[in-house]
Amino acid sequence: MNSLPVLTVEHGAVAYDDRPVLRDVNLSVGAGEVVAILGANGSGKSTLVRAALGLVPLASGEVTLFGVPRRRFRQWHRIGYVPQRLGAGGGVPATVGEVVASGRLAARGFLRPRRSGDTRAVTDALTAVGLVDRVHDPVASLSGGQQQRTLIARALAGQPDLLVLDEPTAGVDAASQEAFARALRDFVTGGGTVLLVAHELGPLQPVISRAVVVHDGVIAHDGAVPHPTGHHADPHHDHVHPHGPQDPPSIWGSR
Amino acid sequence: MNLFDVLSHQYMQYALIGALITGLIAPSLGIYLVQRKMSLIGDGIGHIALTGVGVGLLTGASPVLTAIIVSALGAVAVELIRERGRTSGDMALAILFYGGISGGVFLVQLAPGKSNANLTAYLFGSPLTLNPTDLVVMGVLGACVLAVTLGLRPWLFAICQDEEYAKVSGLPVRLLNLLLAVMTAVTVTVAMRSVGLLLISALMVVPVAAAQLVSRGFRGTMALSILGGLVAAGAGTTISAGFNTATGATIVLTAIALFVGVAAVTAVLRRLRRPAPAPVSAEPPECALDC
Repeated sequence: MNSLPVLTVEHGAVAYDDRPVLRDVNLSVGAGEVVAILGANGSGKSTLVRAALGLVPLASGEVTLFGVPRRRFRQWHRIGYVPQRLGAGGGVPATVGEVVASGRLAARGFLRPRRSGDTRAVTDALTAVGLVDRVHDPVASLSGGQQQRTLIARALAGQPDLLVLDEPTAGVDAASQEAFARALRDFVTGGGTVLLVAHELGPLQPVISRAVVVHDGVIAHDGAVPHPTGHHADPHHDHVHPHGPQDPPSIWGSR
Repeated sequence: MNLFDVLSHQYMQYALIGALITGLIAPSLGIYLVQRKMSLIGDGIGHIALTGVGVGLLTGASPVLTAIIVSALGAVAVELIRERGRTSGDMALAILFYGGISGGVFLVQLAPGKSNANLTAYLFGSPLTLNPTDLVVMGVLGACVLAVTLGLRPWLFAICQDEEYAKVSGLPVRLLNLLLAVMTAVTVTVAMRSVGLLLISALMVVPVAAAQLVSRGFRGTMALSILGGLVAAGAGTTISAGFNTATGATIVLTAIALFVGVAAVTAVLRRLRRPAPAPVSAEPPECALDC
């Protein structure tokens, strides 16, 4: 594995309608790392990964993917993206297999026919998240957690080098969280790099190698996974979403 | 006059072929519009196409050709407005669509030999006046639409299912969106002579609505909706001949009857199945970790 960082953001800034969301963010993710981006709701943690992938325009700064400036980056099959949730769509049914197969398109190439390797990759991805028996079921018939696993399988089907996950475990049932943590461990064992946005880590905690805390549009912490303080340390703590201003900014340590 | 007598007339056979071409291609494209919650866009493109017809009648060029050009430009404009995702986009579409239909009516009245019959022929279709040349044009254009809607299905499915994911997959999202827009314009133009500009949207949407009541996946929905489109077009044309009613409207009513029929049957089946025990989820309850 080379020492080139898989993903870097340099002096990244993002603004929605002149309202700054991220200010001068620097982030570097090395090969084989499992980096968690933490922060309260509205801190800009999701915006950070969306900007890194080009889904949100950068007001200023530079993003590189696998050592290539994002504008010139073409090897999108090396990245597996898992959004927060499955889009509702217009009500046209789609099977789990169809959704996961769409994750294979980047690796398959535009206008290329499907090969046996493509079919196998889809089956392997479904096996990794424990949904192989649901391949012909409509995704709308699955639970929220199972839908989230479908999205992870879709990303895995492309056999990426980097997985980018946006709050993959938000509102996901325990069985799905376990299945997800297992799939992630297997992916990392296979040499993969992970960048994930999370509100809380839960069963993912042991997998994480580094934590980056975004607070108020800047990176407030970059290093070991911070220990939850205050009411977050209580395993029975009550989570209220979204976090209002009454939440002290010191939860993840201050900057 | 029985059914076979009616269908033995050559103009009826031409009308039937024209309707079947429309019934085949409209749902194959419409499924993507429905998936992206733009069911009514076909109707808007139809409005814009009327300006193209007006330009053709006024200049003596082929109305089909000018309708394709104008409606394709309109469809691209619609796509660019959608891509921006602005809230004012809704208003921009309204202006575009009503400008399109007014422009068409205005230009048709300026054209030599102006008549409202001419206008009605394009708005509601006039399949009984189709000639073999028209059918060849419809067939060639229809084949182009099918080549895109069937041949690019995995990619079009991906952009309509989750556009952001498609972008991160490196798919040519913009190219595919514009292609879909232009194919919508071509479909509208193909259908203009058989079911008419104001009714074509129904054949893009209603067979899909019927199909998704019973299907489980995208591919199955597509196959069933094409089948439904063909059945509605064939049966509708035949019924219209028997009752001497307007073909386009009869086809659309047949499609809606099909939808209502499927909805009723699935509702009854669901009620009959209800007493069976619901499958128990193998997964533990969501609170297992917390409580």
